[in-house]
Amino acid sequence: MKQSAAAPEQRDIDVERAQLTDALAETWKTPSGLWGALATVDHKIIGRRYIFTAFVFLALGGVLAALMRIQLAQPEARLLGPDRYNQIFTMHGANMMFLFAVPVMEAVAVYLVPLMVGTRNIAFPRLNAFSYWIYLAGGALLWIAFALDMGPDVGWFAYVPLSGPQYGTGKRADIWAQMITFTEISALAVAVEFVVTIFKQRAPGMTLDRIPVFVWAMLVTSFLVIMAMPAIVLASTSLILDRLVGTHFYNPAEGGDVLLWQHLFWFFGHPEVYIIFLPAVGMVSTMIEPFARRPTFGYLGLVMALIATGILAFGLWVHHMFVAGLPRLGDSFFTASSMAIAIPAGIQIFCWLATLWDGRPVFKSPLLFIIGFIVTFVIGGLTGVMVASVPFDTQVHDTYFVVAHFHYVLIGGAVFPLLGAIHYWFPKLTGRMMSEALGQWSFWLIFVGFNATFFPMHILGLEGMPRRIYTYQPDLPWHGLNLFVSLSAVILTAGFLLFFINVMRSARFGEIALDNPWDAPTLEWATTSPPPSYNFAMIPVVGSLHPLWDDRDGLPVADGLRTDRRELIVTTLATAEPQAREASPQNSIWPLWAAIATTIMLIWSIFSPWAVVWGSIPAAVALIGWFWPKGTPEDES
Amino acid sequence: MLAAPLAGCGGNWQSALDVYGSSAISLKHLIILIVAVCSLVWMLVLIALIAALWRSRDARPVSPEPGRERRMTIAVTGAVVATVLIIGTFTVMSFVATRALTVAGQDDLTIRVRGLQWWWGLEYIGPDPSSRFETANEIHIPVGRKVRLELEGLDVIHSFWVPSLAGKQDLVPGRPNELTIRAEHAGIYRGQCAEFCGMQHAHMALLVIAEPQDDFDKWAATQRQTAAQPADEQTAAGLQTFLAKPCAACHTIRGTAAVGTTGPDLTHVGNRRTIAAGLFETTRGSLAAWIADPQTIKPGNNMPMVPLTPDELRAVSAYLASLK
Amino acid sequence: MREKIVLDLGKLPLHGMGTASVTWWGTLAFMLIEGTGFALVIAVYLYLMSLATAWPINTPPPDLLPGTLVTLILLTSLIPNILLSRWAEQQDLRKVRIGMVMMSMIGTLPLIVRIFEFPALKVSWDSNAYGSVVWTLLGLHTTHIITDLVDTLVLAALVFTRHGRSPRRFGDVQDNAMYWNFVVATWLPIYGCIYWLARL
Repeated sequence: MKQSAAAPEQRDIDVERAQLTDALAETWKTPSGLWGALATVDHKIIGRRYIFTAFVFLALGGVLAALMRIQLAQPEARLLGPDRYNQIFTMHGANMMFLFAVPVMEAVAVYLVPLMVGTRNIAFPRLNAFSYWIYLAGGALLWIAFALDMGPDVGWFAYVPLSGPQYGTGKRADIWAQMITFTEISALAVAVEFVVTIFKQRAPGMTLDRIPVFVWAMLVTSFLVIMAMPAIVLASTSLILDRLVGTHFYNPAEGGDVLLWQHLFWFFGHPEVYIIFLPAVGMVSTMIEPFARRPTFGYLGLVMALIATGILAFGLWVHHMFVAGLPRLGDSFFTASSMAIAIPAGIQIFCWLATLWDGRPVFKSPLLFIIGFIVTFVIGGLTGVMVASVPFDTQVHDTYFVVAHFHYVLIGGAVFPLLGAIHYWFPKLTGRMMSEALGQWSFWLIFVGFNATFFPMHILGLEGMPRRIYTYQPDLPWHGLNLFVSLSAVILTAGFLLFFINVMRSARFGEIALDNPWDAPTLEWATTSPPPSYNFAMIPVVGSLHPLWDDRDGLPVADGLRTDRRELIVTTLATAEPQAREASPQNSIWPLWAAIATTIMLIWSIFSPWAVVWGSIPAAVALIGWFWPKGTPEDES
Repeated sequence: MLAAPLAGCGGNWQSALDVYGSSAISLKHLIILIVAVCSLVWMLVLIALIAALWRSRDARPVSPEPGRERRMTIAVTGAVVATVLIIGTFTVMSFVATRALTVAGQDDLTIRVRGLQWWWGLEYIGPDPSSRFETANEIHIPVGRKVRLELEGLDVIHSFWVPSLAGKQDLVPGRPNELTIRAEHAGIYRGQCAEFCGMQHAHMALLVIAEPQDDFDKWAATQRQTAAQPADEQTAAGLQTFLAKPCAACHTIRGTAAVGTTGPDLTHVGNRRTIAAGLFETTRGSLAAWIADPQTIKPGNNMPMVPLTPDELRAVSAYLASLK
Repeated sequence: MREKIVLDLGKLPLHGMGTASVTWWGTLAFMLIEGTGFALVIAVYLYLMSLATAWPINTPPPDLLPGTLVTLILLTSLIPNILLSRWAEQQDLRKVRIGMVMMSMIGTLPLIVRIFEFPALKVSWDSNAYGSVVWTLLGLHTTHIITDLVDTLVLAALVFTRHGRSPRRFGDVQDNAMYWNFVVATWLPIYGCIYWLARL
């Protein structure tokens, strides 16, 4: 057993309660200044950074949408030529899916999950820091390429042969494919952190049936990420190989197959939308409790629904290929599975309705967004049932009907809960409340603007308007509805602008928030707003699903942890009994070095296959530096 | 640009709701039925939501009661069972409607449809191999007869979609596909490529003209003939220009020395209602405009600009307009 | 909010071993990711095989010798690997040091044979889709051997330093050994795919 160097170890029991927070702050702090910002491993700082970055990408994607709507407001408009428009709609989709929707859900969870399970930091904090830098690098790659007129122009799902070596000229498709690699590495890293945090770092007493539904949602989502993302890494890598070194995965002339791309992409692509959606419904299930002033109805049903959705999500992907010419019998299986996934979704909706029925609603902004979510998401889910039918789909596939469907489920089903979640958790993140008045205004503008923008698209699709067209001819009867849609988009934009204004003003001037302004039951509300760097002065001990409702004045806690090294608790998987005191790493600059080395290798490999060989050397050096023990108290065992 | 004769008498000639083909008619019934049931379901959820919020709006404190939880469990379970039944019904309805995607009828009219960036190559393969002919962008079919379309993607994935007649099917390179259609009413129906295929995906339209059997036979007979001989000096000069310039390298005009296959067959282009895959009504003027500068009109398409003098341009456009 | 102390954690060890170690779970999660990746590439192989009229495409099946040799080396290496894992569990530093040096050397053997295995495939990655997928399968597995070898070398260096004598390091050695078992286990279906499916 290694001898401790220098000072004897200090525990929280050795210290007066008044000095405990100071001692912990000293051990857990992130120093101010540039080095602190670059080397921090605090999940809250990284989480807030992640959320902010994701919303920047949302705004950029929104600008692209506005440009498209201006172009489509008139037939044969000349604002955007076909090349620019094709880049814009590709960027809009790729940006929203890979740089906003998935990362923002992960980001909120990176912030909240450790707090909700009662631990001091996320598992593998340096990996967490690394994953943010890699995400940022991937986003920068895509947008800088776009600014240089090298943006991908093959659609966000880049079907071959259009994106292949013969028809995908230049490096545009390679940039798309490599951006995927960046964001997938980032997502996989975070998924591993969640699985380990949720399995092994829960507060003592937080048995499986006392885990908040949002945390369950993140657990299921993380498994989806782990099992689905390899498919798209394989797809994008093989696309780069076809384009760079002459492999023939997608070349039918040499034994390859065009549809192989679609199978690989959608095997990832369908779980991808649940990777976005499950955290959102987890947020709803957790948020609704203080606004209904009762526990969510049907905890077991909700958790089972999450798990069922996750499993079923892997059995749907062919519904994206219903008109590609696959055997009809196979297609019909996927109709059945795609319809079946409506059942766990329905279970969740009925549980929320029951919660509201029996509850006493508090009509604040988070609840408004939940209500807006239910109204809109059900429409999206129902149009999903429609497109799940093969015959129905033969008319609406690749038309504006599908564009309407997925915006209803993505904006209705994921963004509405997200906006509600920002209102709800803003006080915890910043210590200030958002403006309720601005919140209500932004909700109504977004709700009305969204429905007015996207509902008519169902009709446009049925009236023959395909998707991904940069313009249309005047003799087709689409002008009126397109103009209406584009004007409605102004209302939607105004709503989002108001939301952003609310966030920015409230961060500076919002009303100071208490620890638990909503009287909510989960653990993150047991600490200050915002929490200190160490989250909890003493690790909470949990006795129920709603610890803060059991006793609003007293929180059971555990003591015995050291204050001179970063310590948290590892507990057993099912029953959360304490097993060990684990060290949590100190701040480190190595994740940044590793991210820089990885970025160089990945971008270089767009241009040369040798990058994988030579570029891996600095990456290996950075990783060795990362893992080499530094002789800190955290190394002791 | 295109003053279009619409399908039937008024209405949208490219719509899944304005239907004139046997598949599309069945599909419209399915669409309306499912949409109606789903609207009802949505309405019920909305009513439940409003009722849930309305009844609890006064803040009376509530004590937990096992009877209430049990009643709610029964209600939620009932709703889930109802959901399962509706989903099951939809699934069965969908399976039944899938049969409508294959059209019944005597199988002797086959058209091979080739999708290229950004036009449609067509080869009529009748029962008699000697009566094959090629054309582009405009399909004629006899009303009331089953037509089999063999779909081939030659470069990237395209999708054949004429919503007033049938659902769509993709043209996938390396994977021959098939779609059967039958028009129940005479008329002109518009279709458009429905799979993003690059720069000019937005301008890859086609027309399907359903006509009585006699008219169809006359049309097919005309199409089988070689190109009309130039009737006057100007059209003769036009043919000479066509052969001398790069035009003949990409286009075929049967009966002349032009045998290129990269671009559409122009043997009877004058007879087609539109040119450039549905972009313009076919007139001498529009032909001239197109030939003069295809890249400004349809940027990125595969037809290069060939510099012609005004006389040459007039002659070529006159010649092509005469190819009826 | 008042705090009521109801539990004392002070007696817990400073580091968990086995399933109480977060890095053990992290290694497991990583294995799940990589395993899914391998399964998908095998699925792609089977998919392309099902579409082909003749398989392999325009080439004879790969030479059995190098691949079978690699399989034997890998399987044999499991013995010292499992021994090393046991020594680490017993926290015997001297034996662990010997074992780490051994595994570092053993880890290079399959790589040396693999230099001959690629040409024994008798097809190039850019000849046809069959060539593309077998090179990808073999290349992916080779990458895994290389990264695990680098891991092993760094850890071997570490156990000879002052950081070597600690339960944390013994846990690292066990995780590393577990991952090597995984590298060997994933090779078996890939071997079956490349060398035997092609002969069916």
